Amino acid sequence: MTLAALEKMKALSERNVLEINKAHDAGRKVVGHYCLYSPSELALAAGAIPVPLCGTRNDPIPAAEEVLPRNLCPLIKSSFGFAATDTCPYFAVSDFLVGDTTCDGKKKMFELLSAYKPMHVLQLPQNQDPETALPFWENELYRLKDRLEAELGAVITEADIRRAIKLMNRERMLLKRLMDLAKNQPSPISGMDLLQIKFKLGFFPDKEQGLAVVEEIVEELEELARAGHAAHPADAPRILLTGVPVGLGSDKAVRLIEDSGGAVVCFESCGGYKKIYQVDEEGDPMKALAAQYLSTPCSVMSPNTGRFELLTRLIDEFSVQGVVDLTWQACHTYNVESYSIKKHVKERHGLPFLQIETDYSDSDAEQLKVRIEAFLEMIG
Amino acid sequence: MIAAGVDVGSVAAKAVIFDGEILGGAVIPTGWDPKRAGEEVFRLALAEAGVDRQAVARVVGTGYGRIRLPFIDKRITEISCHAKGAAHLFPSCRTVIDIGGQDLKVVSVDADGSVTDFVMNDKCAAGTGRFLQVMAGVLDMSLLELGEAALAGEPVQINSMCTVFAETEIIGLLAQGTDKAAICAGIIRSIARRVRSLSGRVPLRPECAFTGGLALSPAVCAIISQELGVPFQVSDAPQLTGALGAAILAHGLAGSAKERA
Repeated sequence: MTLAALEKMKALSERNVLEINKAHDAGRKVVGHYCLYSPSELALAAGAIPVPLCGTRNDPIPAAEEVLPRNLCPLIKSSFGFAATDTCPYFAVSDFLVGDTTCDGKKKMFELLSAYKPMHVLQLPQNQDPETALPFWENELYRLKDRLEAELGAVITEADIRRAIKLMNRERMLLKRLMDLAKNQPSPISGMDLLQIKFKLGFFPDKEQGLAVVEEIVEELEELARAGHAAHPADAPRILLTGVPVGLGSDKAVRLIEDSGGAVVCFESCGGYKKIYQVDEEGDPMKALAAQYLSTPCSVMSPNTGRFELLTRLIDEFSVQGVVDLTWQACHTYNVESYSIKKHVKERHGLPFLQIETDYSDSDAEQLKVRIEAFLEMIG
Repeated sequence: MIAAGVDVGSVAAKAVIFDGEILGGAVIPTGWDPKRAGEEVFRLALAEAGVDRQAVARVVGTGYGRIRLPFIDKRITEISCHAKGAAHLFPSCRTVIDIGGQDLKVVSVDADGSVTDFVMNDKCAAGTGRFLQVMAGVLDMSLLELGEAALAGEPVQINSMCTVFAETEIIGLLAQGTDKAAICAGIIRSIARRVRSLSGRVPLRPECAFTGGLALSPAVCAIISQELGVPFQVSDAPQLTGALGAAILAHGLAGSAKERA
């Protein structure tokens, strides 16, 4: 069934490129972000429009491979490829780029990317230690703030940051409400629709407009959930997807799981539950941003205990029947961590576990289908 | 009540007719038309079993060609089917190693033949029948000849897992005048290493059944078994295991349908 509000969101989304260019022509600055560790609150506080530039499509990868090694993660190649081919309107309109040293591949790619646009790369610590890593990270955020002020010709006040935190908290709260709808048994929304909504929301130049339409979608879905509407057949196994980021274009795993009869009810990945925390609105805003963003449980952290705790919570809350761990080829941190995640899922929760290692292309779709169907057959 | 399983793989199409016992089976090359191969092998198996098509209550299709079979009642993956087939043949088996034309899989099974965990090779041909086929081509030998020669050779180290690079490596070894038997032994050893690295993810719980086309070669079975340090259970017709599992699952479907009626 089609959701009226989702159709409305799609129609509005088609205008986003136009709207952002209009705003840019009228003098608004646009700041591109590459990773969940980089707080978009600072760009918002500077009066700029934040946009996500993390590459999720396969198209620009061949062009990226003229510069980058082939055996690099597709997310990094795609992100770079969009710049190299000048095929992403959001990249084109960006005045300034913010990245962070998430992993080896990204930080070296950013060195090359900075030839295309002015850029700031945050030095991300490799653990979340409150004594050493956190003060360092807070200082990194101050350096970003200074750089944004200089590059965008803006002054960022404490009040600006507080307002931006409140706005982003509302967005995160709304995304949580949206994703929590899939806790219903049956879930009123498919994983593919969830993914689409989460992904599209990031590109609204007018945040309030994006939030308003997603709020409509959530209300429509809440109504459907009350009426017992099911997005999947009643016996569809409830799957939690963890691992690397997924977006439109890199949604192969979600699509194959749902085409094979599974229901993706929970995304633990960084476009999903990893990002729906609330930043503290009371204390020092820079400290609050530093603490919350650093706590993101990505596999680049060592140790990364937060991911195991989050998984345990989500497996229970979403009545999950199987866990699929998605790894992009050459993403070493997620690939290595998969072994421990499998142990955790099987031993602690007694649930079936499947790791999928793939890229953005469809070349292995048939082989993946065999694995995914067999995995769903295992759940029964 | 009679049921059938049809397994259309990348190299061979297989079918088994089953009514609690195996009534008949057939194997033919898949060729370029998986749909036709599936129909043909089903017909041959029926003829071998002396069973009329109308007498078959349910058919399960498996293998990569399963999506193209118009006459089946249900599709089930070859992972579940191999597990079921192996558990029927060897009730004490807890691990199934299946090496077919383009897949290598290690499957953990329960006593009732249901899958508890599995791992498959990634999209490349390392450690599969295709790998062996390409190497046999370079050496101008059949798969059986390659296996026999390997038994007599002291294995050389073949480092490349990639089929294309391994081929280059073997051409290099031949150019250096390396003993052919040693190369054969090295090739099969490299498949065994690939199995071992996969089975790190799905532990090899005894007892261990070996299925699929590669298990047709006693020499290949012996070398891989020795390399892994576990004895293998191998049936007379290891290629038919997936089709047998499909037929058993079809038999179960037919049974439950009858109960409902």
